[in-house]
Formats: sequence, C-alpha cells, structure tokens
Amino acid sequence: MAPRLKLFLPLLIFVVLAGFLYRGLSLDPMALPSALIDKPLPAFTLTALADGRELSREDVIGEPALFNVWATWCISCRAEHPYLQRLADSGVPIYGINYKDEDEAARRWLRELGDPYRANIVDREGTLGVDLGVYGAPETYLVDAAGVIRYRHVGVVDDRVWRDTLEPIWREVLAMGQQP
Amino acid sequence: MKVRLLSLCALLLLTVHSGAVIETYEFSTPALEARYQLLSEELRCPKCQNQNIADSNAPISQDLRRLLHQQLEAGASDEEILEFMVARYGEFVRYRPAFNAATAVLWLAPLILLLAGVAGLLLILRGRRDGAASLTEDDQAQLAALLQTPEKDA
Repeated sequence: MAPRLKLFLPLLIFVVLAGFLYRGLSLDPMALPSALIDKPLPAFTLTALADGRELSREDVIGEPALFNVWATWCISCRAEHPYLQRLADSGVPIYGINYKDEDEAARRWLRELGDPYRANIVDREGTLGVDLGVYGAPETYLVDAAGVIRYRHVGVVDDRVWRDTLEPIWREVLAMGQQP
Repeated sequence: MKVRLLSLCALLLLTVHSGAVIETYEFSTPALEARYQLLSEELRCPKCQNQNIADSNAPISQDLRRLLHQQLEAGASDEEILEFMVARYGEFVRYRPAFNAATAVLWLAPLILLLAGVAGLLLILRGRRDGAASLTEDDQAQLAALLQTPEKDA
C-alpha cells in the first residue's frame, strides 16, 4: 500500500465504525424478533376470568382479534388501558390474557377501569405466556381469522403504535377474511 | 435504650436475609442436576438480556427454570429442551445459537478477524524485511561514507 494511502487508514476505520454506531442509535436493543409470527396461536385450556368456565383455543379464534397480555401488577398496562377501551369501542375484538395475576384484583381492575375485553383468559402460572414467548406485560398479539399470529407488539399500545404498525396489518387481516 | 438499640440491630440482621432468593429444585439423579446447571447457564433471560436464567430473578426466568426442571425430570433430551425454548423465544434465548444463515456472521467473525490480523501482521513483517534490503547503491555508498566519518563529539 502506498504510504500516502496508508495515512487515510485511520479515517477509513473511523468512518466504518461511525457507520455502525450511527445505525446502532436507531436500534432498540430490547426489541426481540418474535419466534411465533405466522405460527398458530398455541393451544390451551384455561379458565375465564368472569365466570370460571373453561376456555380453549377454539373458543377465541374464528375472527381476527387482538390478544392483550396484562396484569394488575403491570404499571404500563394501566397506562395502556384507556386506549384498549377506545379500540374496543371502535369495534376491534380484544381478548385479555390475565398474566400471573390474582383473579380478584383483576376483576376489581375491570370494574373500576372498564372492561375492553371480549373475555379474559386466566393464565395464573404463565403457561400460555411461555407458549406465546411472553417475557413481560403488556404484550399484544394480532391473530387472524384462522388463528395465526400475524404480529406481536411488546409494550404499550397507544395511538401511534396502532396507526403506524398495528392498524395496517389489522386492515390486511380483515380484508383477507372478507375474500371468498 | 441499650436494649432498644440491640433489638433494632437484631431486626436489621433479620431483614438482610430476606432479599432475593432463587428457588432450589430436587432432582432424582445428580446427572439431571448437572444438566440443569449447564442448561440454565446456557439459556438467556429474555427480559434481562445480559443474564442467563440461572442468575436472573425476573419472573420469566423463574418460569423457565421451573419448566427446565419439569422437562428434565420428564426425561427430555438437551436438544428437545433447547428446541422448546427456541420455538417460543427465538434463537436469542441461547447463548450459543445454532449455526445458520442469520448467525453465520456471529460465529465466523472471530475467525475472520483473526485471519485478517495474521494477514496484516505478515504484510507488515514482510514490508520491514524488504525495506532493510532495498537500499540502492547510492544509499549504500552514502551509508558507508557516514559510517566512516569520525564522530566529532567522540
């Protein structure tokens, strides 16, 4: 290598490094790819929060819906709750997965804050959570009419998340269901 | 007063031990326990990303440890258990992910960097040797003249 070019080597290394670091600024290290995208919603047999009757996978699939993992110990879930209520009011079916919680506390929460859920699946031991790859609440899964998981959002669903990420997939899933 | 102080100290001593406790499991054979240790150190906590599930206190790690214990006692092989975890949490959950297209860079980067380093070193060493031998005749004559000039300071 010519000596003149050698002088530019540190600059070259700097540019490459800066390129990687710049990319790193816009990456979220907590965001993990979900292993369950395009896989069927796992089978389960658990109880319903409202009346304790048995709920299984077949009871909750059949039309596109959101599955929201929540718990009364989860502070972000409280922040998310009003937005879920708005979504439910606008006609989006939402099923709750009450994750590692106490039934009585969960029922009180729904009485006090309103109940946006079609039904709540009680996952006290977190078994359905493990099958879904849940690692914290809130998480929201978008499931299509065939019971296939189409998207997973980790964290609070708010107006921006819904408009930018979830709603486009939601519309796609709805359109797919209306085709003969 | 003294009694009160003493009882306060005793109380503080008691509370020190009530901190984080990681549960223990009973295993039917020592071999299972050894595999439990190995696997729990190799599985990564999805919530607290720089800890394995053996070190982590996160609820999700407790769940995964419990599952690990159940599956080991039920006779699952290491591969089956890792498959189970990867199916739910992705390759991320393994500290030593399987070799595939997505992880090839991760596995091969150290080797490539090592080879690049060795190649660079060889280039530099060769450059040095060539440099020593590449004096022109003029240079040689100049060098000889310089060496023969008596130093003034001496």
